[in-house]
Order: sequence, then C-alpha cells, then structure tokens
Amino acid sequence: MKIFWKTGEPFVLATGASLAIILVMSLALVGVVMVNGLGYFWPQALVRLELKDGSFALGQITQHEKIPISGAQRIQIKVANRDIFGQDFRWIDEKDIASRSLPADAVLLERREHGDYFGYLKGVTAEGLTLTMSTPYENLLQAMKMVSIKLDDTRKIKKQMSKLNHDAEDHRLKLQKLEYRGKEKNAVAINELTAAREKEMSEFTRLNEQATATQNEIARITAQFSDVTGTSKDIALMEIVALQRPNSMSFLAKCGAYLERVRELLLDDPRESNTEGGLFPAIFGTVMMVLLMSVFSLPLGVVAAIYLREYARDGLMTRMLRIAVNNLAGVPSIVYGVFGLGFFIYGIGGSIDSLFFPERLPTPTFGTGGILWSSLTLALLTVPVVIVATEESLASIPKGIREGSLALGATKFQTLMKILLPMATPGIMTGLILSMARAAGEVAPLMIIGVVKLAPTLPFDTNFPFFHMDRKFMHLGFHIYDVGFQSPNVEAAKPMVYVTTLLLLAIVIIASSTAIYLRNRMRSKYTTSTF
Amino acid sequence: MAQTQEQISANPILSVSDLNLHYGEAHALKGVSLEMARHQVTAFIGPSGCGKSTLLRCFNRMNDLVESARIEGSIRFNGDEINDPGADVISLRRRIGMVFQQSNPFPKSIYENIVYGLRIAGINDKSTLDEAMERSLKSAAIWNEVKDRLHDSALGLSGGQAQRICIARAIAVNPEIILMDEPCSALDPLSTLKIEELIEELKNKYTIVIVTHNMQQAARVSDVTAFFYLGELIEAGVTRKIFTNPEKKQTEDYITGRFG
Repeated sequence: MKIFWKTGEPFVLATGASLAIILVMSLALVGVVMVNGLGYFWPQALVRLELKDGSFALGQITQHEKIPISGAQRIQIKVANRDIFGQDFRWIDEKDIASRSLPADAVLLERREHGDYFGYLKGVTAEGLTLTMSTPYENLLQAMKMVSIKLDDTRKIKKQMSKLNHDAEDHRLKLQKLEYRGKEKNAVAINELTAAREKEMSEFTRLNEQATATQNEIARITAQFSDVTGTSKDIALMEIVALQRPNSMSFLAKCGAYLERVRELLLDDPRESNTEGGLFPAIFGTVMMVLLMSVFSLPLGVVAAIYLREYARDGLMTRMLRIAVNNLAGVPSIVYGVFGLGFFIYGIGGSIDSLFFPERLPTPTFGTGGILWSSLTLALLTVPVVIVATEESLASIPKGIREGSLALGATKFQTLMKILLPMATPGIMTGLILSMARAAGEVAPLMIIGVVKLAPTLPFDTNFPFFHMDRKFMHLGFHIYDVGFQSPNVEAAKPMVYVTTLLLLAIVIIASSTAIYLRNRMRSKYTTSTF
Repeated sequence: MAQTQEQISANPILSVSDLNLHYGEAHALKGVSLEMARHQVTAFIGPSGCGKSTLLRCFNRMNDLVESARIEGSIRFNGDEINDPGADVISLRRRIGMVFQQSNPFPKSIYENIVYGLRIAGINDKSTLDEAMERSLKSAAIWNEVKDRLHDSALGLSGGQAQRICIARAIAVNPEIILMDEPCSALDPLSTLKIEELIEELKNKYTIVIVTHNMQQAARVSDVTAFFYLGELIEAGVTRKIFTNPEKKQTEDYITGRFG
C-alpha cells in the first residue's frame, strides 16, 4: 500500500481524471450547440394532426414532454402562421390526437415577414405573366423566378438611390461645414453645392417613385393558400423567401435546401428582428473588430513587454508594474466598457468632433460608439495577455544566446530585433491567439461602445475611405444575447441562438487554427524556444 | 602577484593591473595584475568560483550585463583603457571575440550564424560575406563537415560541431583576441581533441585566453598558465614551469590534486 502511494499512481490518476472531466464538459458544450444548431436547417416533415374534437393542426413537431401531474405525454408543435393564429407554437396532449398523416402537398413558405406559413397551395394570380406549367406548384415556382428577375431591376434602382443618397449626404455635410465657417465668404461654393444637392435629391425622388411603382406592380402577383383550418390567404410572391414541400422532398432535395439555408446564413442580411435570415453583417463585424483589435493590441503589448523585460531596471517599480499588468486581466470587462465610453468616446471622440467636425454638433461623428472605439477598448482588455506571453517567451530564451550576440559586437537593440524577437514570436503568437479568442467572445463592454442590434451599413464599403471607423457594427456575441433574450418571439428564435453560437465558435476556431499553424511553422524554425 | 615572464614581450596585448571586482557584497577579484602576450595561449586554471571566468568576462566587458558588478583597477588593451566611460564597447567586443562554455548557435542557418557579426556591423555585400564565411569555417576546421548544408539550421549540429561554429562565428569578424570560457567542458573527448588542435592552429593569427577546469588541457594547449584561487591570482608563468616546478605551495597542491 505504501508503495502504491510512493509511485504517485493516485496522482497520475487524478491528473488524468481532471483532464477527462474538462474534455467531457467542453465536448458536451460543443455537442449540444452542434446538435441543436446543425439540425435547424434540415427540412422537417409537416405533420397533419386530426384532433378528437374534430379540429386539425399542421406543423413541425419540436418537443415531447411529460405533463407533470397526470403523467401523460404532450407534444409541442410549430404551427407557424403567426399572423393568423397569433403564435407560432402550440402544445397538444397526445390523448387528444385522433390520427396523424404527412400530406404530400403541404407547403412551407418562408416569408419576409410574420415568420413561416404552413398550408396548401390553391392557385397563382399572375397578372401580366404567362405561366406555362401544368400544376399550380410548378406555376408558382415559375412565377417566383420571374418575380425575382423583376426584383433584381428594382434592386439596381435601389443601388443607384443609395449612391445618390450617399452623395447628397456628403454634400450636405460639406454645406454644413461651409455655412459654419461663414455664409458670406463661401457664398459661391454654397450655391453650387446647394444646386448639386437639389439635383441629386430630385433624381432620388424620381428613382424612388419609379421603384415604388415597380414594386407595387410586383406586389400584385400573388398566390392563394389555405391553411389547415380552411382560412384562405393571399400572399404576394415578393414576400416569399423560400418555398418547400418537405413531405415530398427527396433526400438530395433536402440536402440542397439545407445548403441553400447555410449559404443564406453566411451571406445574407438578417430579417424579422434578427430571428431569421443571415448573419453576414454580424460575422463581418466580429471578424473586422477582432482583426482591428489585434492590430492595436499586438504592437502595444509586445513593445510594453520588451520594455518591461529588457530595458526596465528590475526594481520595486517594475515589479509593481508587472503585478498591475497581470491584475488588469482580472478587471471585469464591463469596467473596460465604461472606461471606453468615458475615455475613448466622450474624451477622445468628443475632442475629435469639436476639433474637426464642429459644424455637425450636436450630432456626434466620433463621439459615439463605433468599431474603432470598440477595437481600442478590447485591445486594452487583451493587452495584458499579450504582455505576459511576450515577457514569458523573452524570459525563456537562454542567456547564452543573448551573450553570444552581444559578444559579437551587437548592440542590445540589434540583439533584440535579430535574435530575441524572432525567437519569442511563437510565444507572442500564443498570446495573440488567447486574446483574439477572448475579444471575439466579449459582449458586455461592446454593448455600450458601438455594437448595435441592427446596423444599416457595414463598417467597410466601396465608398471612400472604405473603412468607416466611426460606424456602429453588429457582433455575433451580442446577436446571441439579443436574439435569445430580447426578441419578441423567443421560442422561434431559439434555433438561431444555437446557430449563432456555432458560428462564433467556428470563427474562433478558424482564427486560432490559423494562428497555431503560423506559430508551428515559426517554431520549427526556432526550435530552442520552448514556450 | 604576477611573476615577470620571460616570454611576455615588452608590448603586451592585454595588461591587467590591480583589478578588483565586486558582485554586490562579494569580492570576486582581489587585486589581480597580469599581462598577456600577443599570439600566445594563456590558460586560466583554478577551482570553481575562483574568479577566472569573471576575469575573462572583464576583457570584453560582458560584466556590464551584471547590474551588481563594480570594477576598480585598470585593463589595457593595446595600451588603451577598456573600462573608460568613453570606450566603445561595441568595437571592443568586435576586436575581442568570445566562445562560451555552452555552445550557443543562433536559431538561424549555419551561413547566417557565421556572418551575423558582419551583418550587424553593417556589411551586407554578398561576396564579402561569402568570402569571410568560407575563410572562418576553414580556420575553424569545420568547412568540410558543413559546406554542403550551409543553409540548414545550425541547431541541427552536434555539440562539437556547434562549438566550432561558434569559434568560426567569432573568427569571422577578425578579432585580435579570442576568449574561450571552458569551451570543451560540455564536449566528448574526440570533439575536445579537435578543438585543442584548432587552438594550436589559431594562435598563429590570434591571441587566445582560455579558461579551463581541465589541467591536462591547460598543459597541452597553453604557453602561459595563471592559477587563481578565491579571487586572487596565485601564480602565473610559463606553462611548463607552473606544472613542473611551481613556486607557490597552493599551486602545487592544486596541480597535484590535493584540493580543488
């Protein structure tokens, strides 16, 4: 028995066990997210239930549950048609169900508004379109294709309109500036600008009327549906995002529909207060914010660590500084958010506004939340990680290497640049990976320094100067909070929360894998570094 | 005190007089005076902690890196005081090269290791670098072993090879003196033999100061030997005389293995 303790066997078992617990917990977390998130896009069967009281229900079964008191089973079914039934979900006791069937012609409509529609197709009313197919369903598909071509035209007009709008806004700001500097002395320029702007505005109005007219015309193309209770409903084709008959889809067709939904998720804008549609703006915002954050925190952290480790005299002051830096990592992130708001936004942003954009006040330009301030605040939040990692990896370089370089007549700076920094790079990369993962997952500070529920424009576009640092942006972490806890229709938004979580995880994994790959390539070059 | 040595010329390359060095409270070198002659091998022997490495590191001012070190006394290199506040440490270190106990090749290619000293001196001309690289690898007797893999990492070399790369790296900048701090203590006998042969070769062009634990090595390679004990220079003189007929009792005890 004594020997058993001496060998350290129990200790080894304990180390293995704790690792296993951590592994199981992380796998469970990822597993739950994956199961709930990945299944969401798979076309589910529409079940038609005949109830014992003679009524019907059509929908997707989402949950089974035991009723607490009686012990009987009940099911939750998504009946959709929010605009008709008032809510998307319904609980039905198993004992009330008379029969179930899977009607082949049941259709699932994804609509631009009011969520999904489950029902049956009756016919298509297509003024001005010649439909050549034999069945109403095929006619509907054909009509939808024509409508989407027509919609493309209006989209082009809208693009022109947004360009005009951008120019007009530009001119408005210039005008404002000139007027601020003195109406009399800039009279000529003001008149020119006003004329140009009026021209743009009238052109905008003209295009807008044109677009509205086309849209009204398209809106008259409708299809008639009836739901399971027999209520009929006209739905304009331009309101339909996707159309499925899940009960008669082949496996391949389901795969196609699945991939289409994934594409929509990654590349489209959100709809219906973020609970439907894509996540592209949030993905873009998250990635851009994290990259910007790295651009700020990496050089700052590395330079600070170099000073602390290589140049600062090792004394009380340095030690206190090091403790302070380490403790910075433990400050609650919301505190950084408040600091960002006070220092960056009101302090620096406010000063920039009063110095460079006084004519726009009280409307703030930089004196309000934006991607620049968010990145800077998160850079501040993650800089301790970079500092600690850099210091550690500098410290782990053998003394002989430094002395070897110095003994050859290198200055301290040359040694640092040519020998020490390259050798420390793998360790610095480790710090960067950690800080990127942290920044990507941070929500609390972002809520008060620039993340919004729905950003009308991306922080990057084709208008000069391309990167619009003052713009607010969307973020996956905030999206999870918003969709999961702030949305009016929480039950319908639930799958979206899982999907968003999955995406955020994927982004973090992709970012860190890239960094780890780079680090390993460097490490094989500088094998003496052990960090 | 150092003895006058018949072999030391009137114009020593390094002369130390009354050198005291403190590490904080510890008095590491106590009034050392010594002269080293051009194109000779001087060996420092003595038990661990006797200050021989410390003295060696004074010559290229590596003790500057130790914050607590405080130096009094004079070290003249070609007649110039090296501890002068105005002295140029960079050029001093270029003229006095150093090889360490642990071979310390940089994590770069063999080629880049050798030309490192030239590159930091601002020489980037390829033909100059190539020429210096080949010359120093040949002088360090390692050219034949590495000429086919000059652009491989120097970290893949064996201990003995790596140590000769470090010697070649020191030679590449054309120093006048090469300081060697127990260069063979981490090597096997065969590699040690190669380095000793190399030292024999190098002394025609360079002045060598070597610290060694190994008395046989000192006897084999050096012309002059200095024996240190507890920070004091006990005796210095022609190697043969030190090993056969030392003047001081302590030297004799150490050499015959009675302590140390």
